[in-house]
Amino acid sequence: MSEVDNSSWETVIGLEIHVQLATESKIFSNAPTTFGQPQNTQASLVDLGLPGVLPVLNKKTIEMAIKFGCAIDANISSRAIFARKNYFYPDLPKGYQISQLDDPIVGEGEIEIEIDNRKKLIGVTRAHLEEDAGKSLHDKYDDFSAIDLNRAGTPLLEIVSEPDLRSAKESVAYLKKVHSLITFLEISDGDMSQGSMRCDANVSIRKFGESEYGNRTEIKNINSFKFVEKAINHEIQRQIDVVENGGRIEQETRLYDSSKNETRPMRSKEHANDYRYFPEPDLIPLNISKEQILEIRNNLPELPEEKKLRFVSDYGISEYESQNLNSSKELSMFFENIAKKVRYPKNAAKWILGDLTALLNKHNTEIKNSKISYGNMINLLNKIDDESLSGPGAKKVIELLWESESSVDEIIHAEGLDHVQDEGDIERMIDTIILENPKQYEQFKKGKDKLFGFFVGQVMKASKGSANPKTVNEVLKKKLSQ
Amino acid sequence: MTNLTSLSLLEQIDGLKNKKFSSEELTSDYLKKIHKKNKDLNCFISIDDSAIEKAKECDERISKNKGNILEGIPIAHKDIFCIKDQRTTCGSKMLDNFISPYSSTVYEKLSNAGVITLGKTNMDEFAMGSSNETSFYGNVKNPIDLERVPGGSSGGSAAAVSANLCSFSTGTDTGGSIRQPAAFCGITGIKPTYGRVSRWGMIAFASSLDQGGIFAKNALDASLALENISGFDPKDSTSINKKVPSLLKEASSKDMDHIVGIPKSIITNIKDAKVKNNFEESIKILENSGIKIKEIELPNLEYALPAYYVIAPAECSANLSRYDGVRFGHRCEDPVDLNDLYSRSRAEGFGDEVKKRILIGTYCLSAGYYDAYYIKAQKIRNLIKESFSNAFKEVSSIAMPTCANVSFKLNSIQSPVEMYEQDIYTIPANLAGLPAMSVPSGKINNLPLGIQFIGDYLKEGIILNIANKFQEQTDFHKQI
Repeated sequence: MSEVDNSSWETVIGLEIHVQLATESKIFSNAPTTFGQPQNTQASLVDLGLPGVLPVLNKKTIEMAIKFGCAIDANISSRAIFARKNYFYPDLPKGYQISQLDDPIVGEGEIEIEIDNRKKLIGVTRAHLEEDAGKSLHDKYDDFSAIDLNRAGTPLLEIVSEPDLRSAKESVAYLKKVHSLITFLEISDGDMSQGSMRCDANVSIRKFGESEYGNRTEIKNINSFKFVEKAINHEIQRQIDVVENGGRIEQETRLYDSSKNETRPMRSKEHANDYRYFPEPDLIPLNISKEQILEIRNNLPELPEEKKLRFVSDYGISEYESQNLNSSKELSMFFENIAKKVRYPKNAAKWILGDLTALLNKHNTEIKNSKISYGNMINLLNKIDDESLSGPGAKKVIELLWESESSVDEIIHAEGLDHVQDEGDIERMIDTIILENPKQYEQFKKGKDKLFGFFVGQVMKASKGSANPKTVNEVLKKKLSQ
Repeated sequence: MTNLTSLSLLEQIDGLKNKKFSSEELTSDYLKKIHKKNKDLNCFISIDDSAIEKAKECDERISKNKGNILEGIPIAHKDIFCIKDQRTTCGSKMLDNFISPYSSTVYEKLSNAGVITLGKTNMDEFAMGSSNETSFYGNVKNPIDLERVPGGSSGGSAAAVSANLCSFSTGTDTGGSIRQPAAFCGITGIKPTYGRVSRWGMIAFASSLDQGGIFAKNALDASLALENISGFDPKDSTSINKKVPSLLKEASSKDMDHIVGIPKSIITNIKDAKVKNNFEESIKILENSGIKIKEIELPNLEYALPAYYVIAPAECSANLSRYDGVRFGHRCEDPVDLNDLYSRSRAEGFGDEVKKRILIGTYCLSAGYYDAYYIKAQKIRNLIKESFSNAFKEVSSIAMPTCANVSFKLNSIQSPVEMYEQDIYTIPANLAGLPAMSVPSGKINNLPLGIQFIGDYLKEGIILNIANKFQEQTDFHKQI
């Protein structure tokens, strides 16, 4: 790959986000939507597309879509009408998907994102309701593919953005904002690892200053924030490379392979289906009254933006911390429940966004699956706040809390983290360390001050990280100067 | 002893209630007759001999006075209505092996009312046809003349009632599939208002036009049977949430006055003089029974046929996509890949008429053609609805012939357009979603003709009442 100068290229990105709505039953049948059940046990006659079956709209989905529309100040359609989108695929039982074309339930709206302290409005073109397809399982059997229709008919809200995003980073910020909105509104659990929120990215490049858009590619079904960023960045670079080498971007659908960090063509748009949309005759248009919309608007829960500002004033945390704590409703609730009960809420923010989030990321999960309870987190923070537990000690405890069933006190006790606050213990440790490292002691005495750090490290190691660093510093200074 | 099978439904109910005969006797007579005659007529795809056992149970209930309204009445269902654990073929090779895991609302309602199902009747494949010649199970013959067709698509159900092989039968009508065969077989057939009868479990051809209905020996029988399949069904979003009146009471009422509208331009343009003459004679009969007649304009109906042959195939092209060989129905042997599975399963499973309509529908919905065909057809549909609603400001019903001709000989119509023209008088009511029925109005060369009454939205009672008044003056319905 030749060296390219990317600075003359502007990136244009639009996202299509599919959000699974958290209804108990499917959008057009009464089958449950429970995730992770044995194959084909969550599919009714309707989901199987048997001859003679008919869809009946789950009105909860309308309510949820309106909630989203109100939250982004969008126009809400006065009626819900559906259309058939025709294409053949084995996990699409009817041979058409019931979706919306004209008159989507949610019209134009906007979502504010924040990047490097700069605010930007991203246009939302529309959000419409549709049914999810089932899943094709290609790796399960050698000779044939299998179909699991549990997911078929799960309600989706497809949120389509304007091509207002200019970088992978902006795209992720926007995606995160949508994620926090849908979880605050409680219309979806937003769990990307379970496919509750999926993202297609339309990416194109053009020279700065140009008004025409370049040919775009659509990267399908990206299923984590991290991959969205990587996939888009990879695709931008690929497009620049193609164009700078005299090539042309084909309008096509591409698939992101996270194991290789590359995108590759799935199907070309030129050979794409003509979906032959037409109004779904099995469903009559459902009128949505102004009163119903008003009722929903008046009962919207506290939204991330409001909550963010309130956290800053109530708990004295930074706007940045508050933003991150409000990335999902569950995280914000986790924080607030703790913040109310500890001495220094700012410390709570620091530990939740720091070590706890690192643990969640390491285990590729979300706060709702956290192994660390409110109670344990509060106990831990109390020990940190009254300085009976050192920072490194607390790090150790939080890791062990994740892995074991033990309480904070049990871990502190078992790991011997509770004794070393005593200056006498630390003095005894330092004596041993000086005896075991005569060479370093001598060099330090001769003026090699840098070795002070070495001794701090040794003490921390000996105390398994539990010693209060401030005490260690003081005692060490005293001992080494003797 | 009287021939039980030729009694009307109301006479049979009376006979069972007053223990003149048992359901077992009645059912046994029908089954014997079916086994004797079906070889010639081919009107049943499946025959249920266990009906006898069910009849005994019905007799038990009748003897304890616990019988329901239609207790012990043997009937037949068009093989488009799903019945749990029974084969439901829709007249197609595609569903030759399909055992339904659930039952249609129409079946459930009639079963709850006490009927006994004798079997499932032959039909044009997926209800696409006007002669019952497109069935995978072979054509049905008209009991009145075995060389002729019974009409379609509900040809088996019409022939079964006409040949006294069941008390009444169910059918479906998308563009005339109840009324045209009723006319050809000399019986009474009614398609109610769209949404009156639940479509749950009724295999779809064209969702916005399909409607279940009844074949019976006369208007009163039809009214009672229709009453028992009608009503709101939460499983069908297009079903109407309105209470169903007692249609039998309305049909037999002496207190209704009518003004029947005659659409002048349609009548003037009837090509066959004998058909025209028959219609005019029928109008005189209506007048003799005290019904007022009024000439009306009914503009734009000439566009109904082309509009229908866009909308119905468009909807069918999507409705029939589910037959892909993946989950049920016909699957080709040893598919090499997904495309092969799709194309061979569908090529082998569907007959020519079905394929033709899927192609027409797919074409009409395609990018670049959608506005010119589908949207235009919907506009015409709205104009036709408007014509009717204007007409119903002046009249309580509209009369026209059911068909432009009598039954024709098997395989005699080869031109698809000529075949589609069979429905020229029946399609408008489907496009407008209005109730319509056909009653026998005499014969030409011993072959029956029908007169059609179209009613306003939800006014089945009115057309049934007119039909009953007509039948009180005539005995055409007794000539089968």
